[in-house]
Amino acid sequence: MKAVLEVKGLSKDFGGLRALNGLDLDVGEGEIVALIGPNGAGKTTFFNCITGMYEPTEGDIFISPTGNGNVKERLQGLKPNQVTAKGLARTFQNIRLFQNMTVLENVMIGRHCRTKAGIARAIFRFASQRREEREIVKKSFEIVEKLGLKQYVNEFAKNLPYGAQRRLEIARAMATQPFLLLLDEPAAGMNPHETDELDELIRKIRKDEGISILLIEHDMKLVMSLSDRIYVLDYGQKIAQGTPKEIKNNPVVIKAYLGEEIDA
Amino acid sequence: MNLFPELRKSFIASLWFMFLTFPIMVIRVNTIENIVEWRWMNLVFVGIGSFFLSWLWRYLLSRKEMGVNKKTDDQDRTSLVSRLMKNKQLIIPAAALLAIFTIIFPHIFSTYQTSIMITALIYVMLGLGLNIVVGLAGLLDLGYVAFYAVGAYAYGLLNYHFGLGFWTALPVGAALGALFGILLGFPVLRLRGDYLAIVTLGFGEIIRLILENWNEFSFGPSGIANIPRPSFFGMDLSIQWATVYIYYIVIGICCITIVIVGRLQDSRIGRAWIALREDEIACQAMGIDKARTKLNAFALGATWAGMAGVVFAAKTTFINPASFTIWESIIILCIVVLGGMGSVVGVVSGALVLILLPEYLRAFSEYRLLIFGAILIFMMVFRPGGIVSDVRRVYRFESSAMDDKPQEYS
Repeated sequence: MKAVLEVKGLSKDFGGLRALNGLDLDVGEGEIVALIGPNGAGKTTFFNCITGMYEPTEGDIFISPTGNGNVKERLQGLKPNQVTAKGLARTFQNIRLFQNMTVLENVMIGRHCRTKAGIARAIFRFASQRREEREIVKKSFEIVEKLGLKQYVNEFAKNLPYGAQRRLEIARAMATQPFLLLLDEPAAGMNPHETDELDELIRKIRKDEGISILLIEHDMKLVMSLSDRIYVLDYGQKIAQGTPKEIKNNPVVIKAYLGEEIDA
Repeated sequence: MNLFPELRKSFIASLWFMFLTFPIMVIRVNTIENIVEWRWMNLVFVGIGSFFLSWLWRYLLSRKEMGVNKKTDDQDRTSLVSRLMKNKQLIIPAAALLAIFTIIFPHIFSTYQTSIMITALIYVMLGLGLNIVVGLAGLLDLGYVAFYAVGAYAYGLLNYHFGLGFWTALPVGAALGALFGILLGFPVLRLRGDYLAIVTLGFGEIIRLILENWNEFSFGPSGIANIPRPSFFGMDLSIQWATVYIYYIVIGICCITIVIVGRLQDSRIGRAWIALREDEIACQAMGIDKARTKLNAFALGATWAGMAGVVFAAKTTFINPASFTIWESIIILCIVVLGGMGSVVGVVSGALVLILLPEYLRAFSEYRLLIFGAILIFMMVFRPGGIVSDVRRVYRFESSAMDDKPQEYS
């Protein structure tokens, strides 16, 4: 399988603290990969390094977008918006929506990097700008509908129920036309019913759009049912990787999560 | 409302006020006869006045709270203006009336009134410009007046040295404003909120101090006099007619400004500004270039200030640094906040209210700023969103059919 994301020996230091240590990871085309680990293991730091929010201390990040042959591109040194333009979109652990914008507008923002009307075009409203604007609205509405947010389309994002806010974050990320979606704890704070819906939704995104998915998640039921492969992180190190089945029975993982058994 | 505890609260408030105002309202030292006068009657007035005012205050507050609880009622009230604006049958005659009124205004009112109106309209331009920076992009700019000064001095100096006319100076002033906007924008790209406010405040003062102290360049505090009013196809007009002429020019520029700002707001760039205001990190993660969007906002905001500066110089024919103090920045910021951040109608009405009110309150002589301040406080407590708060555009979809054109009804 072709890897759309390849990370080699990624390290990140904060002062004297090594938050990530020589991490290798890859995500295949159309794969759902989960990144798990106890709190503070460096999962979100890893996301931030990939998406350009942090600059990695060491290591390489390569992407080879879907449908682009086997051309590899380096991702380091790009600004977050450039990374998004390359086709990696992320959501946030603590929801970061544009609170005082409507649901549709939130999604329309996602179209920003795929459109290009500038100031002059906005002022003079050329035909090209109007066409582009219609296109943005149409595409955004399709995505809103696809993610089951149609009933809220003109609501302020801040007035949405929690589960819908999470879905809106995914919708917004989808609007940037990514080949890889990075989901940071998408099920956090959801009830079991909402989690099941999310499970379905993520599968649907992969199936319909062919988007690969890398997710951080604490809900083990969701992770085990959803992912093709799992990476386990602890103290910035990769301690295990494999299929859900292998991970479930891996003693090192059990130790990291539950602590060591004390012999009597 | 429970009567007795409310009465007690008002009573305590009035006691507190009596105590606070005691030194200034009651004691007066008569320096001629060297005696202390005790004006006890004043104490009674303060007591009675503050008693009723505090009661009224809390009554209005509790009514406001009740309004929030009764959701439907509240929505009806807050959206009154926006509902009026939606009503096509009402809005077209109203707009026509307004247009006729603005056109004949200088002919039915005196030159003095027209002159006040020009000032108000200049502030409409300034408000709309600052609205881009503060209201849309959420960048608190306290040095906005610097760009206004740049525009005014651009016209003053270019005219003095090279004899440039108003119509040439207008685009030059706008361009210089934009240039200075970018100059300010670069160093503050990383800053937000309070820190940004401090730096922009400093920037505004730097410009003013340069103008005040660099005598060879800007003629220092004595300023530049005899700046020509705009000429009408080469004809020099009398003061009265020049005022009317400037009035029409300003009306024209204001209309253009309103259209342009409205269009920008409802475009890809405008949405990026609002996203930047809402959440900078998410905004970047969604593929918006933070630096470029901020610079855009600063440059465009400053462009209007530059233009307003040119118009101001042409109107007053005399400029000096005293016209461009921090106070002006504060007033413009008040216009944006009081009018309603991000709302064009709000900012226009905010500018008219804030500039015209002090003029027409002149009848109250020394109390006018007091009344003005009280109105500001009342507004912020009872309508924190401003006169006309920002209404997001509503998109409606007839059905889920994808070829459907989105219809707008707001």
